[in-house]
Amino acid sequence: MLTAERTVPTTCPYCGVGCQMDLHLQDGYIFRVSGRFDNQVNYGNLCVKGRFGYDFVHAPDRLGAPMMRASRDAAFLPAGWDEALDHTAQRLEAVRQEFGPDSIAFLASAKCTNEENYLIQKLARGIVGTNNVDHCARL
Amino acid sequence: MAGLATTLGSGAMTNSISDIVDAEVLFVIGSNTTEAHPVLSLQMKKAVMEHGAKLILADPRRIGLTPFTHLHLRHRPGSDVALVNAMGHVILAEGLENREFVGARTENFEDYRASVEEWTPERAEQITGVRAQDIVEAARLYARAEASAIFWAMGITQHTTGTDNVKSLANLALLTGHIGRPGTGCNPLRGQNNVQGACDMGGLPNVFPGYQAVSDESVRMKFAKGWDVPLDRLSPKPGLTVTEIMDGALSGDIRAIYIVGENPMLSDPDLHHVEKALREVDFLVVQDIFFNETALMADVVLPGASFAEKEGTYTNTERRVHLIRKALEPRGESKPDWVILTELAGKMGADWEYERASSVFEELAKLTPSYAGMSHHRLESGGIQWPCPSADHPGTPILHVGKFARGKGLFSAIEYIEPAEMPDDEYPFILSTGRILFHWHGGTMTRRSPGLDSLAPEAELEIHPDDALAIGLEEGQLAQVTSRRGSIEARAVVTRRSPPGTVFMNFHFAEAAANILTPKHLDPQAKIPEYKVSAVRVDPLVESVAS
Repeated sequence: MLTAERTVPTTCPYCGVGCQMDLHLQDGYIFRVSGRFDNQVNYGNLCVKGRFGYDFVHAPDRLGAPMMRASRDAAFLPAGWDEALDHTAQRLEAVRQEFGPDSIAFLASAKCTNEENYLIQKLARGIVGTNNVDHCARL
Repeated sequence: MAGLATTLGSGAMTNSISDIVDAEVLFVIGSNTTEAHPVLSLQMKKAVMEHGAKLILADPRRIGLTPFTHLHLRHRPGSDVALVNAMGHVILAEGLENREFVGARTENFEDYRASVEEWTPERAEQITGVRAQDIVEAARLYARAEASAIFWAMGITQHTTGTDNVKSLANLALLTGHIGRPGTGCNPLRGQNNVQGACDMGGLPNVFPGYQAVSDESVRMKFAKGWDVPLDRLSPKPGLTVTEIMDGALSGDIRAIYIVGENPMLSDPDLHHVEKALREVDFLVVQDIFFNETALMADVVLPGASFAEKEGTYTNTERRVHLIRKALEPRGESKPDWVILTELAGKMGADWEYERASSVFEELAKLTPSYAGMSHHRLESGGIQWPCPSADHPGTPILHVGKFARGKGLFSAIEYIEPAEMPDDEYPFILSTGRILFHWHGGTMTRRSPGLDSLAPEAELEIHPDDALAIGLEEGQLAQVTSRRGSIEARAVVTRRSPPGTVFMNFHFAEAAANILTPKHLDPQAKIPEYKVSAVRVDPLVESVAS
């Protein structure tokens, strides 16, 4: 049996149960996942997604670079981070100037971390100045 | 979760996964737990098999929990309030209520009593299709046990009456005092891994992190100070919900949308409407790990790192905050979302300085009272359940012990309202949508796992044999499913799992997106779309033989 170079304890990214598990890593790949017993959530168990559903991390069609396009009809082209973020900041600022903060909306994410959701709403409220922040909890 | 926040003062699951086995009676309604929360369902099965608990299941479909039930109430989709009101009626008529608890810890009881007076089990039978004697039996079981716990999921909330459904369930817990103790409580099972956390962190239009209202000036002052921004930057006006944002895009009020880690082109109701809305905005940014259906419509697409490539925390359905840890380097040029947001904030003139995700957590803990006692360092030795107000606080496994978050538990008089779209001659079937075990949400993750995809490769339509016979549809045949909003194709599975008149589909497949069919009728308070009831017609298709 393949043995892991190392294992990393973490939390399953699928449903709201939050099963605790170990990622077994070899050559930069998650090759096995096992449930952890040291908790009162999953007691060592994992479901079929939690145990086997990680090909997506290594999927060939993962986004690897920022993409931009000049118009909605144009094709996407890869861009550098500075270029993509400068452009994004300028366009958001232009919309804010012309139509006001409440013309911009943010969708936070039930898949992102607490830290990330915190920053999304901090960006919306503290920089843009709008409370138009929601996520797909309802869906 | 507006229903629970109103009645109890907090919108989260009151109890813990570990105390499910302490329940004598489990009342599971609108949760296909074995498919949507498989590992939590193991504790329910354990309660039944090893601890002698009785499981009451209320679900129109025969589901994975059915073999473990003492009583399966197959009520008509959308008739939850009628069923639950009648249970309350029986409890009062038979004197099974917990008078001491009602007197000491609740208010508005008389309104509630009057509202269920006419909800005899016989009347509810007419609406729900559940035999009156089964409703009586369910009420007795739930009320008489020492500890009864209620569980629900989207089957309760994804209705135009979702908030009412939740309040009616809370009424049962208040009436019997089955709350604030192990094995009891009102337990909404949250869908996505961090939906609880996204709510806790203020990913909602009306509250800052920790459910602190944007309309409260002292709260705005606190955040203005904490973020070092001018007070007048923070708007006192609640913002728009997802569905209102889409409407706003169409009306021209919303000109730019920034979407992080979501795919509304698959998960929102009435997808044609969403597509039109997203086309309409001047500027659309999508930040995700994949080039999803929504990214196709964007101006800028920013690559995020996956959960395995970053640090941070998720909050699970029982309010427990867990660490995620970095196992791999981010793919290509992708970056963790918190890094992207920090860099963008810098470009927009702010000066955010976060060295690591743990520095963000330190800041949010200072501003979020229920997280105040937590830190990444503390979470290293295991998850902690909020509220955790100080560094020496152990966390809170059970809410509302001795006192409700809002003071007294609030009874609500709930009127039964039928679903917004009922079947008729033209669209004779009720379509209900939901999850299956092998896939997750829009399928972005699971459909890229060949193992999972091979177990459930295509969209299926569950239909009862009587209905299949009546319309001439055979097992495995392709069917056209049409609502007032659109039409998709799915393969027929003829089964008694769904009752006559109701067909079922999952929403995991982009090429047969069930949400093309679903209406955008919203619950007026929670603004949740009614995914569990839409009227459709089903037509058998003759497949052309490939030449």
